[in-house]
Amino acid sequence: MTAVYLILTTPLIGMILLAFRGDRPSAGAVNAWLNLLAFAEALWLAGDVFRHGPRLSPDRLLLIDPFNVYLVVLTTFVGLTTSLFSRAYMEHEREIGRVTSRRLRLYYAMYQGFMLTMYLVLTTNNMGVLWVAMEGATLATVLLVSLYRTPESVEAAWKYFILCGVGIAQALFGTVLLYFAAEQKLGIGGDGLLWTVLHENAAVLDPAILALAFVFLLVGYGTKIGLVPLHNWLPDAHSEGPTPMSAILSGLLLNDALYAVVRCKMLVDGSLGTHMAGTLMMGFGLLSFLVAALLLHRQTDIKRLFSYSSIEHMGLMTFAFGVGSPWATFAALFHMTTHSLTKSAIFVTVGHASQLAGTQRMERIRGLILTQPTIGWGLLIGTVAIAGFPPFGVFASEFLVLVATMRDYPWLTPLLLLGIGLAFAGLFRHLQSMVYGDVPEGQKPIPVKLWPVMLHLVIVLWLGLSIPGFLGDWFNQATQLISGALPQ
Amino acid sequence: MSITDLTLYQQAILLLAGLILLTSFLMLGQTRLLRLIVIFAIQGCLLAAATALAAGVLAYPHLYISAILTLILKGIVIPMLLYRLTHRMGLHRHMDTIDHPTLGMMGGIGLVVFSYYVSLPVVATSTLVTLNAIAVSLSVVLISMLLMINRRQAVAHVVGFMSIENGLFFAAVVSTYGMPMVVELGVAFDVLVAAVVFGVFFFQIRASIDSLNVDRLNTLHETEK
Repeated sequence: MTAVYLILTTPLIGMILLAFRGDRPSAGAVNAWLNLLAFAEALWLAGDVFRHGPRLSPDRLLLIDPFNVYLVVLTTFVGLTTSLFSRAYMEHEREIGRVTSRRLRLYYAMYQGFMLTMYLVLTTNNMGVLWVAMEGATLATVLLVSLYRTPESVEAAWKYFILCGVGIAQALFGTVLLYFAAEQKLGIGGDGLLWTVLHENAAVLDPAILALAFVFLLVGYGTKIGLVPLHNWLPDAHSEGPTPMSAILSGLLLNDALYAVVRCKMLVDGSLGTHMAGTLMMGFGLLSFLVAALLLHRQTDIKRLFSYSSIEHMGLMTFAFGVGSPWATFAALFHMTTHSLTKSAIFVTVGHASQLAGTQRMERIRGLILTQPTIGWGLLIGTVAIAGFPPFGVFASEFLVLVATMRDYPWLTPLLLLGIGLAFAGLFRHLQSMVYGDVPEGQKPIPVKLWPVMLHLVIVLWLGLSIPGFLGDWFNQATQLISGALPQ
Repeated sequence: MSITDLTLYQQAILLLAGLILLTSFLMLGQTRLLRLIVIFAIQGCLLAAATALAAGVLAYPHLYISAILTLILKGIVIPMLLYRLTHRMGLHRHMDTIDHPTLGMMGGIGLVVFSYYVSLPVVATSTLVTLNAIAVSLSVVLISMLLMINRRQAVAHVVGFMSIENGLFFAAVVSTYGMPMVVELGVAFDVLVAAVVFGVFFFQIRASIDSLNVDRLNTLHETEK
């Protein structure tokens, strides 16, 4: 368990440190080192869980099981590579005078603050603390979205704050109802919000109250996942904030919000014994998937384009978790990983591409392969991967979702195929001219470090070709935990 | 069950629930920003009173801490903060325009009915007091959302936002005798940080659009025009 405490204290110390020293030239490096440390601790933790099984801290506030341990590793990893990217990115932003040293301090401190809330969301055993951490994530990132202080970014941040704040308040109501249901059966005391206690006693909890609670929890955390029609904040926040923020918002925050919903679903399923929670998630997921795939076609801003792609993929995952069969759950877990890795890699390249072109408007980003081949190829390969081309991991996971859907809801597969096709077309109609085409005047190559991107893409490629044994094992255990059976 | 069958504590809680709901409606109809903030402070005090009452009668001492926290945060600090900011930004004489005030009120009533309808499953499992508490708190949450939809001023949005949390706290106190302490403290911390962030935002918004009328924050679109 020591590793968990270390994972939580590292970003806390980092946040305090960088709040005072975040404007030094070395701050970017410090930020990266802190994340490297967290990553090492996560690996240690993973090894520990791999050998000894699920762990509960003595005060029962922290829980590590196969479901969250792989998300912790993923979160630390994406946090690490994004911090490497953000170092170069923020230096460039400072050189061109878009951020002052005060805002740089805010940026680095909040980067660590955000990582802290993400680790807390994943490792806590208390549904209330989970809510607190999720709201904390909003608070940590909301000032970053308005970092550039342009009218658009202030508007985006305000929208993000209000919509996510109000949305997630619904989740708190759901949590109160959960506690209410638990207290009736388990007696008054502090245990009623502990996930382990709730899960053990799910069968005796009042189904009517739990069903009501789940609706609120789904709407609340669903706002954070970016499910249609609560997705309005997401493209704005992603497009107006600094690009490293988009990478970790898309790669981590959405995943962790979905993680919260799935935990709630496990409780409700245990109590209701019906598929009500799953059906709701399927409906919301499918709607998000299709609407986002359609809206991809109408974007002109490169970061908005990829944030709609995030909504689309989150919709697919929500749908797959909603289907709920072992195969679908396995596919959803797998898709969470591949999407997270690919999408954060894409946002890193997108960040470089927009710095290179000096704009985020796609009509003015042209000929990337000619100006700076690494960025061009990075964007091309990343988009190919996210659109679900073989042999990348996203293809494998999307394929698994399709197979799982075909088993249980064959009549929904055409809709999924339609969505995948639409999204594919939407991404490629924009990509073609950005990557190829004539080079506009005045583009100068910028210093970039693309090896984190390449690393992500190589891992995604690897996952597409074969799932390593230990990862498959984790996925299997997590699947068994969530759906109660192993994929056959 | 008639109301006289209830214990004095339960009757008092019902009275407080009614008053909290009343403040929600007062906020919905109030056009002057300063008065809006004052009503919000009253709501915070009522909430603190309900918490203290529960703590005293039911003998849950940890609820006293929660009551004091609520009183300080929701009854004093946050309203003061908003009051001062409103003065500093020269909005104290400002009248917020409300489109269709009557419709807004009727919408509020509709939301209360809806809340009671939604809370019906709870009836089967619990007492009259819990039912009222859950229905009233849900109403407060929804009415505050309606308030936020109905207003133009950023300050009114913040009041609505904080009032949502009031509703949630009321549910937590009355139906479940307060959440575990670690959660209560966490939520209180979040609320406090949110209040500070809101303060920062007022200045950012004013710097970018030269007013706090958030209707003018309308440059970002779902798709480009």
